[in-house]
Amino acid sequence: MRLILSEEQRDLAATVRAFLADTAPMARVREIAESDEPYDREAWRRMAEELGLTGLAIPEAYGGAGAGHAEVAVVMEELGAALTPTPYFASAVLAANLLLAAGDEQAAGDLLPGIASGGTVATFAVPLPGEPPPRATRGGRLDGSLPCVLDGAAADLILVAADLDGAPALFAVEGGERTPLTTLDLTRPQARVDLDGTPGRRIAAADPRAAVAHALDLAAVALAAEQLGGMRRCLDAIVEYAKLRVQFGRYIGSFQAVKHRLADMHCTVEQAESIVRYAAWAADESPEELPVAAAFAQSFLGPAYFQVAKDHLLLHGGIGFTWEHDAHLYYKRAKTDELLLGAPRHHRARLAERLGLLP
Amino acid sequence: MTDLEEYRRRARAWLEANTRDLPPDPDLATARAFMARLHDAGYSGITWPTAYGGQGLSAAEERAFQQAARDLTLPIGVFGIGLGMCGPTLLSLGTEEQKRRYLPPLLRGEEIWCQLFSEPGAGSDVASLQTRAVRDGDCWVVNGQKVWTSVARQADLGLLIARTDPDVPKHRGITMFIVDMHAPGVTVRPLRDMTGEAHFNEVYFDDVRIPADRVVGEVNGGWRAAVTTLLHERVSIGTGAARTERPASFAAVSRAARERGLLADPAVRDRLVDLYLRERAFDLFNARLAQEVKAGIDPGARGSVAKLLLAELTLDSAGIAAEILGPRAVAYGGHGEGRIARALSWAPGMALGGGTNEIMRNIIGDRVLGLPREPQVDRDVPFRDLKVGTQAKRADAERPAAKDTGGKDTGGKDAGGMDTGGKDAGETGAGAKEAGR
Repeated sequence: MRLILSEEQRDLAATVRAFLADTAPMARVREIAESDEPYDREAWRRMAEELGLTGLAIPEAYGGAGAGHAEVAVVMEELGAALTPTPYFASAVLAANLLLAAGDEQAAGDLLPGIASGGTVATFAVPLPGEPPPRATRGGRLDGSLPCVLDGAAADLILVAADLDGAPALFAVEGGERTPLTTLDLTRPQARVDLDGTPGRRIAAADPRAAVAHALDLAAVALAAEQLGGMRRCLDAIVEYAKLRVQFGRYIGSFQAVKHRLADMHCTVEQAESIVRYAAWAADESPEELPVAAAFAQSFLGPAYFQVAKDHLLLHGGIGFTWEHDAHLYYKRAKTDELLLGAPRHHRARLAERLGLLP
Repeated sequence: MTDLEEYRRRARAWLEANTRDLPPDPDLATARAFMARLHDAGYSGITWPTAYGGQGLSAAEERAFQQAARDLTLPIGVFGIGLGMCGPTLLSLGTEEQKRRYLPPLLRGEEIWCQLFSEPGAGSDVASLQTRAVRDGDCWVVNGQKVWTSVARQADLGLLIARTDPDVPKHRGITMFIVDMHAPGVTVRPLRDMTGEAHFNEVYFDDVRIPADRVVGEVNGGWRAAVTTLLHERVSIGTGAARTERPASFAAVSRAARERGLLADPAVRDRLVDLYLRERAFDLFNARLAQEVKAGIDPGARGSVAKLLLAELTLDSAGIAAEILGPRAVAYGGHGEGRIARALSWAPGMALGGGTNEIMRNIIGDRVLGLPREPQVDRDVPFRDLKVGTQAKRADAERPAAKDTGGKDTGGKDAGGMDTGGKDAGETGAGAKEAGR
């Protein structure tokens, strides 16, 4: 079990961090978030062309770099810290992993190179508990509504888990009526997608349910890394502020009411980092541990990030409630991330099941 | 097989052969005999210099041995304070003569050590201690009382801190000594704690004479020495306990819940998930800290994070276990519920010994995050003018005008000075380390 980054991984983190600070600083993040642009196209192009990030964990046979999930986690951590609006998670993580997990070599050969190069933006309509899946016909037509698809408006390709004759089946859809949604987190757009006899390409999978579960486990790990990056950035920011802000003639960080909360936040971040490193290691090196590790990571990281982001906002005082301050961006991202793959209770229920806690 | 793997394999074989016939509750003679065998086999003081009875090997061999011993309970708890705190303090601060005299018998199990820091009036604020040591010819004469002293009844030697100059500020007038626990004037009284047992002691000093060559470090330089000892303590509590058995562990409580048919209740499953999250996160943090140390990254004061997390885990896991197991959890005896009752009774000790949770949060804030310290109203005041322990009442009675030095006069200076560099100041929060873990 490896819980610390290798030298190469630290180099990768430093490269991505420097790139994002230069290409997509917070002013740029806000510009994109408040515009009609669904994501930062310039940052995305350079992430693909200059850094090769979009195909990082896609096998070389499909035009990627063949790196591991631990490397993807490093990238996600930096994107999470910088809040960069890109479809990296939807395309390079969710969609790419599902295509690989399905095992349809023809489809992978046709679709993955575009995703790896960044030329194709793909996403996966994560099945929501309680929402019926779209229905598919044998002729490859889909009907139904997908209420909130990550990067659903901008995506060239939407992977869908549909119901075909009572069994799950995977399809890749290019069309559908896309309605952009106003989201709590403006840096992470979602869209409603209505399918009305929309043609889809069937993605063959020996066990579509297992393929979706595996892709979602990998996504849970990558999302946990994003949450770690965000929470660490929040902690760093509020610690710096506590060293500068003076009230009652003292730096606020010298008050125990503030100091002790910051200490607790630090403890949370220390544990979160340990969990993310473990889960990323399991994804690459110990697949039999992944189902538990993934549910564990989301059960812990989701609420933990929100707690840290919330305290980071509150400890700033009134300034933290303003639009100009970045605190609300992290607060909203943290809540969105906490729910993105299902609410914490779903991850906890999954964890209980996977730990064998069944009557 | 690498040399290290071979080392671990041989250590494992030795441990299995030598722990097989140990009684479940080993007495002192058994513990001493085991320690002597451990030393003869070359597994005592693995990283300590050979000149002082150690093996002169690297931290890698030490870790390999710990791994080999991971699931075994070695009867060396009574030596824990000597091996984990007093010995390392002497290694870094002791004179050559002290190291040659004291370290070899410690490693062979011939001498047991205790640590004499906390006092009734000096808990979190150990530096306000009142035990006096006055120079008299070739000796120091000690009077005062210590508390929360583990293994004092068994101890042959103690690492003591006492006040040697009350006319300077509290941190600057303390000296560390090696004290003979069998010397005339040393009285040890068991202290019955909330578990009903006496894991700790009170130690009284009445005109106890200590030869002058038993000073550790500099006269009046004892605070730095104590800080060194306490950092060792925190690392050994936080990380060491990862290996000890936890009666309210996820494995134990979920097994008990299954046996009683409680897993059909989704609320029980969810509480078990909580327990899993807390326990696993703590274990992974400890494992990561160990990997960082192995990779040469200085953990700094992050041992305090491990200590705080363990204290909270210990309290919360006992609470979760009790909620799941219900009324029978608070009854001793019977179907193993006594373990939970005992865990509930023990748990507060973990949050107090070795520094309270509040002190841990101060240390994390000050030393890990680099936050500005609280203004310290007593930092530059001579010790004899402080409101401290039994001195507080006297100070109130005799010097009513001097009692409130706080707030307005020193607060402004500290707040403006962003005082983060004072490593010698501030609370450190000593406390007792439990015996026999």
